[in-house]
Order: sequence, then structure tokens, then C-alpha cells
Amino acid sequence: MTLTLRALLGATVSLTLAGAAMAETTITVATVNNGDMIRMQGLMDDFYAKHPDIKVEWVTLEENVLRQRVTTDIATKGGQFDVLTIGTYEVPIWGKQGWLVSLNDLPAEYDVDDLLPAIRGGLTVDGELYAAPFYGESSMVMYRKDLMEAAGLTMPDAPTWDDIKAAAAAMTDKSKEQYGICLRGKAGWGENMAFLTAMSNSYGARWFDENWKPQFDGEAWKATLTDYLAMMNEYGPPGAANNGFNENLSLFQQGKCGMWIDATVAASFVTNPADSTVADKVGFALAPDTGKGKRGNWLWAWSLGIPAGTQKADAAKAFVAWATSKEYLEVVAAKEGWANVPPGTRASLYANPEYQKVPFAQMTLDSINSADPNNPTVDPVPYLGVQFVAIPEFQGLGTAVGQQFSAALAGTMSAEDALAAAQTLVTTEMTRSGYIK
Amino acid sequence: MARKVSNTRKAVVTAAAWTMGFLIFFPILWIIILGFKSEGDAIKTPLQVLFSDWTLQSYHDVQERSNYGRHFWNSVILSVGSTLIALAIAIPAAWSMAFVPGRRTKDLLMWMLSTKMMPAVGVLVPMYLLFRDFGLLDSRIGLVAVLTLINLPIVVWMLYTYFKEIPGEILEAARMDGASLRSEILYVLTPMAVPGIASTLLLNIILAWNEAFWTLQLTTSQAAPLTQFIASYSSPEGLFYAKLSAASTMAIAPILILGWFSQKQLVRGLTFGAVK
Repeated sequence: MTLTLRALLGATVSLTLAGAAMAETTITVATVNNGDMIRMQGLMDDFYAKHPDIKVEWVTLEENVLRQRVTTDIATKGGQFDVLTIGTYEVPIWGKQGWLVSLNDLPAEYDVDDLLPAIRGGLTVDGELYAAPFYGESSMVMYRKDLMEAAGLTMPDAPTWDDIKAAAAAMTDKSKEQYGICLRGKAGWGENMAFLTAMSNSYGARWFDENWKPQFDGEAWKATLTDYLAMMNEYGPPGAANNGFNENLSLFQQGKCGMWIDATVAASFVTNPADSTVADKVGFALAPDTGKGKRGNWLWAWSLGIPAGTQKADAAKAFVAWATSKEYLEVVAAKEGWANVPPGTRASLYANPEYQKVPFAQMTLDSINSADPNNPTVDPVPYLGVQFVAIPEFQGLGTAVGQQFSAALAGTMSAEDALAAAQTLVTTEMTRSGYIK
Repeated sequence: MARKVSNTRKAVVTAAAWTMGFLIFFPILWIIILGFKSEGDAIKTPLQVLFSDWTLQSYHDVQERSNYGRHFWNSVILSVGSTLIALAIAIPAAWSMAFVPGRRTKDLLMWMLSTKMMPAVGVLVPMYLLFRDFGLLDSRIGLVAVLTLINLPIVVWMLYTYFKEIPGEILEAARMDGASLRSEILYVLTPMAVPGIASTLLLNIILAWNEAFWTLQLTTSQAAPLTQFIASYSSPEGLFYAKLSAASTMAIAPILILGWFSQKQLVRGLTFGAVK
């Protein structure tokens, strides 16, 4: 009898303990494969120490797969993810749809006012913060100091497109496979169109006027595309119509590019001696302008949002608050050094004397600060976004227009034809979607 | 009577076949090579890649970051499970179509094949909703069902073609000897169609192993197979070729080895009935 009683008691205790273990909340975080995200996965001990009751399951996917996967899940309220890694393009659209949980109630110690205003502005819709920035980026000029010096030129901190053209001409020596400028040419709304849309802003162009009428038939777009094609054809690498971020990164690291205008996050790659043959020869400058008041740089933030359908919003919020906190930056710095801290989200990071020693820190901050997602163009526009238009149709439109411009770079059509095709296809789609009455 | 083939012709044909084979295999070979290079070396020109140092760093990184074992087992369960269920359904179906065809058998076969002609993404949302409502998202059971269904037309078609090559008289004789339908299929038809069934089995395991639309769309972590393991190593910003190559090599190695060992069976099955 006593034995039976003991066995029963033992079983009860075991069940209770098992029950306690089961009270642990598991959240699923969907993310992309880039250095900062992967680094975070290796630093989870700090989070588990602070939140022993939360377990994090990672789902890492290729960017386009992730976008499709997450969009399907959130639109059907599938509930497969509790935290989503999304960009500044998705946040305003999904926020408006009511697909994301507002993060306005993050605790005071999170210090939301410390977030860089440009980044925070891109993630806020009607006063509601719908995602917390994990890392932010703009674009800037990365150039070879040694080649500039050899050409007897100096790169200004805030160059014009004329400065860039002159530098590209001076640094090009095709017999040595040395190309003055490397820019994105691969078709895609996040590839060549990110660059060209940002560049067009500095030329005074815009995708749409206030009545959503496409503007590719204007002089500003013509000047943008003509200059881009001239630079790439004369001073760019061969086959540039297939080059995206990674292809240009590879060319630059092998010393084949005099200049590369692309994401600020590339600065840490090109200055890393383990991968780059030109690590100690790279200088940085703001993206160029034409004196019209806007620079050709973009603004992007990989951010963490919480889908409205999740059953684990509290645990998800705890994770988001930790991953985008000031303390997390310190955790990374302590383990991996300040150069590896996720950049571009918090003002306090740029006030930190240790971080100021990182060679590209100030230029990254200046680039981010010079982008304004709410007023991205010289003339007024009815949309948000610097290198994109925050409407659901833009993914398809951006890629379709990108294909025309990529074809122009490949030489299969003229700049005029590419612009005319862009104007027609965008007008058709915008009329069909009801933007143009 | 065999035709006489000159040695020169034989040498030319052999060289052409080897060149062809090498060209087809080259992308896989290059992936395997890149997996053993550092990220910095993997982006260099082909010659520089070949003569740079070899390293296991990428394999180490992949092993450290991902749960290869879980993805591998999911791939095994999904591909083998779905193929076996498809075979269990398709053998009786193909038997009836081959030996007791009705008036609409040909139409039925065409209709089954036509389901393969629709782009999968066209039914993504209804499928996702069904999975959500039945609680099958990120479950192996749900994916086995989907993979079974999408491969079923191919399995039926392949088996139907093989069964058609078997003389119906043999089955008739078995029936006259008193064999039941079950015994007829199990003990007479199946042993005679082993090469065909084996090649169908192998081909469908390969197809299910490589299926990269539904396995990515309907899984998150617990049921995610090797396709998701590979997808997690492509990066929008940053160097990733070496790690992606290492991950790809790890993902294709099991199926490559299986294909290597069973190539005789596979070729025999695929050419079954071609020469009489």
C-alpha cells in the first residue's frame, strides 16, 4: 500500500514538473540569412538568461522565399510565425492592413526615442510603430583611395554626379580589368530599381505625381537613365546587366572597381581583410547629388514585426524588445567587437566613443540621416519610401520596369524605348489597380 | 546481327559521351569544390579557386548553425513515405488500367497527367487554408499527403507503361490456377514488374526529395526537409557561396549516393520493354 502511494506521489510530482516544463513558450522567428541575423542566433544565451520561459525557434530563408512564405501566412492568418523579419517596404503596407501588432507599448527602458528618426519614421504608420529596427542601412559611395590618389583626384565627402563621372573616367583602365564604377544592373525591384529609384530622386525625378500619374516620360527620368547607362557603358564592368549586390561586392573585393555605390552594410565587408584584397584602401562618401536638394541614397531597415494572428504576442514582444535594444548592441560588442554591431538603428550607438572609432560609422549615420522616406523626392509625391513606392503593386511594377532598364544596359533596347515601355506598363497597371481614375 | 563498329568511331563516341557526362555533372562538381573553399576564395576566378587552399570551415559553420540531422530525417520520411503510399495506391490502379481497361481509361490517364500541368502556386492559398484548418501546417503527415498526391499521376503512368509490357495471358493463367486478385497482383504481377516498380520508386524518391515548392511553403521548422536547409544559406547581402555550396553538397549527397548505387536498376527500369 505504502509502495503504491509512493509510486502515485512520484508520478504526480513528475507530471507536475513536466507540466511546468511545458509552460515554456516557444516562439518561431522567420528571418533572412545575413551576417547580423546569424550572429544573433549565436548570442541567444543572453536572451535565455533573461527569459528562461521563452524558447526561440529560427526559420532562416532566402529573402524572396521568406517574403512569399510570410505573406501567405500573414494573409491567411496561418499563425506559423510569431516574429517576422520584414523591411521598410512591407511595414507601412502591412501596418495599414492591420496585419501587424503595434509596438507602441514597449517598456520605457526600451527608449523608443533613441531610434534614429529616419528609420523610425519608415516603420511608423499613423503614429503606430509596427516594427522595431534590427539594423538600418542607407547607400553611399565606396571608393579606392589609392586609385583616386594615383589619378590626382580627391573625393569630396558629399560629391555630385559630375564628381563621380570624372572619378570613374580617371580610374578606368580596362586593359587591367579595372573599372571606374560598379553599379547594380540586375533586374528587380530590390536590385537595379533600388539604386535607380534612389538615383532618380537626386535628379529630381519621381515614380508618380500627386495624382498617381507615372513620370517616366519626363526629362528627369531621361537624364537619370542616360547618365547611368553612359557611366556603365564607358566605365563599368562587362556583363553589368547581371550584377546585383553580391556580384559587385565580389568585384570590389577583388580590386576591380574604382567606385561602388551601394548599401552602407557593404562597408564592413569591403574593409574586412579576410575577404577583401583592398580592405585598407577604401574610402567612403555620401551618395551623389545634382544640387537639387536630394541625394541618391536609399533607406532600408530589416526590422522585427509581430503578426496580428499570433497567440504568443507577449513572448514575441519580449524577444523583439531584446533583439533591438541598446543592451543587445553591448552584448554583440562584448563578444564580437564594435565593428560587428548591427548598425543604423540607435542614436546612442553613434554617440558611443568606441563605435565612433569604426571607420564607416559616421558616414553610415550621415547617409541614413540624409534620407527622408516621408519626403523622398524633390517634387511632392503621394507615396512613402525612398527607393521604393510603398504600395502592394510595387513589387511587380518595380521588377517589370527594372527589366526594361536592365535590357537597356545590356544593349538590347535604347534608353528612350526602355522609358517609353516603363511608362506604358506602369500606366496600364496603375489604371487597372484603380489609382488612375 | 550486331553491326561492326570501327575503333575510331567507338573512341569518338566514347569521348563524346564522357564530355557530355562531364558537362552535365560539372555544376555539381563545382558546388562540391566550392564547399571546400573559404568565402573569400570562392568568389575568385575559376583557376584561382582551384589553386587556393582547401578548408572544411564552411562545413563546420553549416554544422554549427543548422540541425542537419532533423532536416535529413524529414527528407527521408517525406520522400520514402510519400513514394510508398503512392505505390500502394498506384499498383492496383495501374493494374486495372492495363489489364481491364474501360472505355474512358485513356481519358482518365490524360486527366491525371493534366493535373501536373497547372503551376503549383495557383493553388497555394486554398491549399494553405486547408492545411491551416486541419492543423497540418508544419506537419510531416500533411506533407506526405501532398507529395503523394502530386507524384501519383507520374507513378500511375510509369507503372501503367510497365504493366502494359507484361502479357495478360500470364495473369490469366494464374487466375485459372485459382489465384485471387490479391495473389495475382502480389505474387504474379509484382515480381514480374520489379524493375519497373524499382525505377518508379527511385525516381519518385528523387522527385520528392528535390520538391522545393510545397516543402518550403507548408513547413516552418518541425517538418522542414533539406530544401529549407539549402534555402537558409542564400543571402541577400554578403558572401555565401562557400557555405551554400557546402549545404547543397550535404543535401544532395544522400540522393546522389542512392542514385549511384541504383543506376543499373534505374536504367533497366527506364528502358524496360524498349527492346524485345
